[in-house]
Amino acid sequence: MTVGLFIPCYIDQFYPQAAIATLRLLQRLGVTVEYPQGPVCCGQPMANSGYGHLTKGCDDLFTGSYSSYDYVVSPSGSCVLHIKEHMHPMHGKIYELVEFLTDVLKVDQLDARFPHKVSIHQSCHGLRGLYLSQMSERMAPAFSKPERLLKMVDGLELIDLHRSDECCGFGGTFCVSEEAVSVKMGKDRVKDHETSGAEYITSSDLSCLMHMEGLLKRSKSPVKVIHIAEILNHTEHGAQ
Amino acid sequence: MTTREKILKAVLENQPASTPPPEVFFFPQETGNLSDKFADTLISIGGRAIVVQGLDAIGPLLPKYFDTTRRIATNIPELAGTAGLISQDVDPHSFQDIEVMLMRAHFGIAENGAVWITEQLMGQRILPFIPQHLAVVISASDIVPTMQQAYQRIGSARYRFGSFIAGPSKTADIEQALVLGAHGPRTMTAFIVH
Amino acid sequence: MEPSKTIDHAALAAEFNKDPERVDWHDATLWTVRQRRDMRAHQVPEWEALREMASQIKENVLSNLHSYLQQFEQNAIANGITVHWAEGAEDHNQIIYGILKAKGINQMVKSKSMLTEECGLNEFLGSKGIDVVDSDLGERIIQLAHQRPTHIVLPAIHLRKEEIGEIFHEHLGTPKGLSDPQELTETARQHLREVFLTRRAALTGVNFGIAETGEFVVCTNEGNADMGAHLSEVHIASMGLEKLVPTRQHMGIFLRLLARSATGQPITTYSSHFSVPRPGQEMHIVLVDKGRTRQLGRPDFRASLKCIKCAACMNTCPVYRRSGGYSYQATIAGPIGSILTPNLDMDKYKNLPFASTLCGSCTNVCPVKIDIHQQLFKWRQEIIKEGKGSAQKTFSMKLMASILSSPGKYKLSGSAFKWVSKWMPFLVKNKMNPWYRQRDMPQAPATSFKEWYKKNV
Repeated sequence: MTVGLFIPCYIDQFYPQAAIATLRLLQRLGVTVEYPQGPVCCGQPMANSGYGHLTKGCDDLFTGSYSSYDYVVSPSGSCVLHIKEHMHPMHGKIYELVEFLTDVLKVDQLDARFPHKVSIHQSCHGLRGLYLSQMSERMAPAFSKPERLLKMVDGLELIDLHRSDECCGFGGTFCVSEEAVSVKMGKDRVKDHETSGAEYITSSDLSCLMHMEGLLKRSKSPVKVIHIAEILNHTEHGAQ
Repeated sequence: MTTREKILKAVLENQPASTPPPEVFFFPQETGNLSDKFADTLISIGGRAIVVQGLDAIGPLLPKYFDTTRRIATNIPELAGTAGLISQDVDPHSFQDIEVMLMRAHFGIAENGAVWITEQLMGQRILPFIPQHLAVVISASDIVPTMQQAYQRIGSARYRFGSFIAGPSKTADIEQALVLGAHGPRTMTAFIVH
Repeated sequence: MEPSKTIDHAALAAEFNKDPERVDWHDATLWTVRQRRDMRAHQVPEWEALREMASQIKENVLSNLHSYLQQFEQNAIANGITVHWAEGAEDHNQIIYGILKAKGINQMVKSKSMLTEECGLNEFLGSKGIDVVDSDLGERIIQLAHQRPTHIVLPAIHLRKEEIGEIFHEHLGTPKGLSDPQELTETARQHLREVFLTRRAALTGVNFGIAETGEFVVCTNEGNADMGAHLSEVHIASMGLEKLVPTRQHMGIFLRLLARSATGQPITTYSSHFSVPRPGQEMHIVLVDKGRTRQLGRPDFRASLKCIKCAACMNTCPVYRRSGGYSYQATIAGPIGSILTPNLDMDKYKNLPFASTLCGSCTNVCPVKIDIHQQLFKWRQEIIKEGKGSAQKTFSMKLMASILSSPGKYKLSGSAFKWVSKWMPFLVKNKMNPWYRQRDMPQAPATSFKEWYKKNV
């Protein structure tokens, strides 16, 4: 099995450690991973701004670079959802990291240790788009793929929140076009994590984490953000 | 072309290809005593449920719950001894001073504490709404599990007016604070006759 | 015609957020309603199946609306109800004025009807010398305060009890400083009882019209629709033409969903079925189009007409809860308002589909399964295609699309770092950037993933 790794531009630049953790984690699980370096974007920033009709070139570049792989995996739920919904050739091929681990690799144990209190931020696209967990609005049995993986991590203590899956207010360009509401949503989300006693906020979407990190740093909070790949790839000897 | 014709034409031009109505399923409900469940639900929405062994038992209970020095009215002939029988031909405005109105309901619904009353049982339509307190009489065997069975039971019966009534009139329009007794009855009691 | 002035949702929301304590209160109050909805829905094991049935019933209604409307009309007429048809607000208001004028009536009591709000009925009748009193407590409060509703189920949810106390002190003579909801409600009860007893005409909205029987159903908790209708000699019901259900059996599904979704009650206190007028009473139904047939013709957006106006999407919306109803400047605010209003006036409401993070919670709570967040996304595409985007944004998006379609151009556009900082609108390193005002910038490490990969793999 050969997996093509997709790293969107902002992860490439600002959170390379999450991309490295994703790559290493997949390799440690026996997967051959390749990283074609052409595409940097899934086109979502344009489509969500109403310019979906301009993304054909972007889509073509993406599908051209990735269609030869058995699977395409990305540590960004939001990008994966966009690709799933808007690039038909990628159907059945593209996976967000967490769902790839639980649904394709069917991981049931991990060599990982992270002795900290961790709370999960459910990204909306991961939650309601990719069904990584049961949504609080639905009257259906509970499940959570990220939680299942985090429970395999030695020493990790999962912290519950008051509002289990409210949006953090990032929303792409929403975070600047609707600054006031975006910031208020982010502050409220961050406060829930802080008062619940978490040391780390984790998620399978770095865009949400980037938003919350901006607020945490501004308020000099001790709470840190960390991509779920970094936790799953962390052993007693540190990052692998 | 009349407005009616114009609108209907626009509807016809714009409506999508016809899809059939779904099959309406009835779902298995928790077993258990329906009249107990009805009573519990009614109480949970601010109502009162009192089990009685017969109509005769209602009269003596009234002073315990209501100010019987005020106008107590009914359209149930058997209760004429304990309450003033309403005349149906008067101006509905004349009911404004009714303290307690006693009337029958056709049946109740366990899942939401509502009772179904049609104009036939109301006498005049305003009567369940205008009194300070509403009391309905319902047979313990006349309880259905959900709204779906309620409409099944109503079937194609003809009525001029009917209402599902669930508890006292209420509002939460001020800061979501629940207040019983908005414009209609301040309390609603169901006498459940076994 | 001049294009309408565009509503600046972001600016109005920023205004609302100048008082964070009020925002917290607004958010918490509505979140409680969402939690009550969850609690009640959890008591119904078949909840998701009911939503699916309700959705399919409404799809059947919309796809056969032409015949259901005629069936409903025919049965209503046979029941002794007069049926009127109105294309828009002017028609609707004129019809109602005509009915009242013919009876020499200059005072009317009205229960909750968002449609009449949308049509500006009160103002219109006021200009003709007819006084309208809103009888729903929340609506009466905002009517006294000369405001507009901010929520379709809880019209005065933006006001605190002290502010309502002040309004009542000024208009209803309550003691200054009175703010107890129980006492304020009692005052309104006395005041409105007098109104109910003296009005010859009552107007109500319509929650459902049943095609099979020609009857219509009005749901309230306060009993105000019934108090008005059963004491008046003229009852007028304003009804959007999408409000139909095929049969009584289908009503069972909707009444199981409506109040649980709206307020977390198992059913509204009153669900009244009006079929035949009282002896001597006139009963009228005004069927209103007002843009609905146009929306019906939009394949991507017609599902919005399935709405049963429960407002669950507003209560769950993290944006609405923190921007307040006024930020939408529409009769129907929140997520559902944002997909209904661009159909009515795209220039005016073109910003509303962008006032969302597309989180999707609205779609999940909707009892008739309207794909609200998908429609918000689609409206964005529609609005940009219509040329309603700003020229600057369109230019930069085109450039971005061109660069992203070729790795060569991407490299030429400078180092990747510069590129991200330039094109991710929130990452522009500039203190004027709205990102930076309240949030720190992410710090780029010395080595990007691409560079690391080249060195290490």
